Amino acid sequence: MTWPIAGDRAPDTAVRLEQVGVRYRVAIDPGLSLKEAVVRRRRRRVTEHQALDGVDLDVRRGETVGIIGSNGAGKTTLLRLIARVLHPSAGRLRVYGSVAPLIDLFGMLHYELTGRENAYLTGALFGLGRRAMQARIDAIADFAGIGEFFDAPLRTYSAGMMVRLAFATATSVDADILLIDEALAVGDAAFQRKSGERIESFRRAGVTSIVVSHDVGHLAEMCHRIVWLERGRVVEVGPSRCVVDRYLAASAAEAPAAAR
Amino acid sequence: MIAHEYDSAARPARALEELLDIRSSGPLLLALISRNVKVRYKRSVFGVLWTMAQPATMLLVLTLIFAHEFAARASTYALYLAPGLILWHFFAQTTSIVITEVASGGELWRRVPMPKTALPIASTCSGLLNLGFAALPVIAFVVLAGFPAGPALLTLPVVAVLTAAFALGLGLAVAAAAVYFHDTAELYQMLLVPWMFVTPVIYPRVILPARVDRLLALNPMTLFVDAFRHPLYDNTAASPASFAAMIAVAGAMLVGGWLVFTRCTDDMAYRG
Repeated sequence: MTWPIAGDRAPDTAVRLEQVGVRYRVAIDPGLSLKEAVVRRRRRRVTEHQALDGVDLDVRRGETVGIIGSNGAGKTTLLRLIARVLHPSAGRLRVYGSVAPLIDLFGMLHYELTGRENAYLTGALFGLGRRAMQARIDAIADFAGIGEFFDAPLRTYSAGMMVRLAFATATSVDADILLIDEALAVGDAAFQRKSGERIESFRRAGVTSIVVSHDVGHLAEMCHRIVWLERGRVVEVGPSRCVVDRYLAASAAEAPAAAR
Repeated sequence: MIAHEYDSAARPARALEELLDIRSSGPLLLALISRNVKVRYKRSVFGVLWTMAQPATMLLVLTLIFAHEFAARASTYALYLAPGLILWHFFAQTTSIVITEVASGGELWRRVPMPKTALPIASTCSGLLNLGFAALPVIAFVVLAGFPAGPALLTLPVVAVLTAAFALGLGLAVAAAAVYFHDTAELYQMLLVPWMFVTPVIYPRVILPARVDRLLALNPMTLFVDAFRHPLYDNTAASPASFAAMIAVAGAMLVGGWLVFTRCTDDMAYRG
């Protein structure tokens, strides 16, 4: 794959964030109605929330980077930025390569459509046309392992079957960069192992992976580097084990305070 | 998947960026249109018939009530009524769906990367297909019952597409407002009713005083409804002047709606 030369980019960079900030506007009240705006000349009360602030990060191609931090630290926001669902309100973000966001597997699944039809729809979301999907559909059905349910409407599925279908479809897309959210750790033990293996095989094949998880032990094993976020800021970036150890120590120190 | 390379510092203007994104989203649009059609026709055995049920019922009721009243002005009232009614139905449905989709789409857009006009465009296209299904029986009736019919019928798809462009543009503009004011969708629904009555859908235009008729001409939907009706009703195509007007109105609405909508798409993902 060749990229147009983009200034100061190192040739092996997959994702680069420079002083990236994301500010949300959060409405305090349920939202303004036109009637209220006109009749009472009321203005919407909003507060700003800095979800990410001055984040610098370079992810090299083929690298697996884990993101840790407490709830609300900005982990998911970071993934959404790279997935281009959100755009930075400050700083600069560059992404080199196609992105498979396994952030939300259920995306556009429709309950009235069959598993097969949903697979085609999800594929289209990732830019795969009918023909490209036809070449993959058997492999998807096979990996999902839900038998004849593949041709039944989704409303007849169990939650586990839904996860299997969604994961099988989303991971059938070839991408350069894989974004993985912890929410993927669902399904029964057998399928968890199977999906873990698939992600592992991607990583071995040189796909860049960015993983968000609360299972820091697991992250420490699978990641080259870990980014520790708190309140939208990077606390530390470094080799997995070191960062995780300090993170766990900090959490332990905080826990008694929180329990008080 | 959108472009393979992204630089937040080098994003084109939003309106252009959306256009580039949607241009490379052919497979997605096709899949969404096929989803809309499938879902609609799966819900019941009578799928296709339901598409026509609402305009057909309206047609029946209005004909029963007004056929006698308007007999002197519109000899075959049902045939006068049908084309305008199905076109209005298409317009009202499409704009409402676009607005609802955008209003409820925020949740989806926060999770799934996709061009934000994809759902509205796909819905407009599947609406056009439904309009086609609804128009077929009317066309068949005109031809089979021996009413004068000719090449004027060929202008119907053109008028339909122009109406669709107008509806999409309006839907996007109103949807943009609905992001900031949550009662916009309800307000729009409320306005649709009087709008239909200031459009010559159910009454012949000739019953109006000249002064009122001139005002009616300011309503863009009058143009579309008339242009869709007359090829079927009395075998006359719209004049070049009214085609020019339709193109101007539809084009301006689509471009305007697109600009307004894409101005606030970045905001949409932030709102719950």
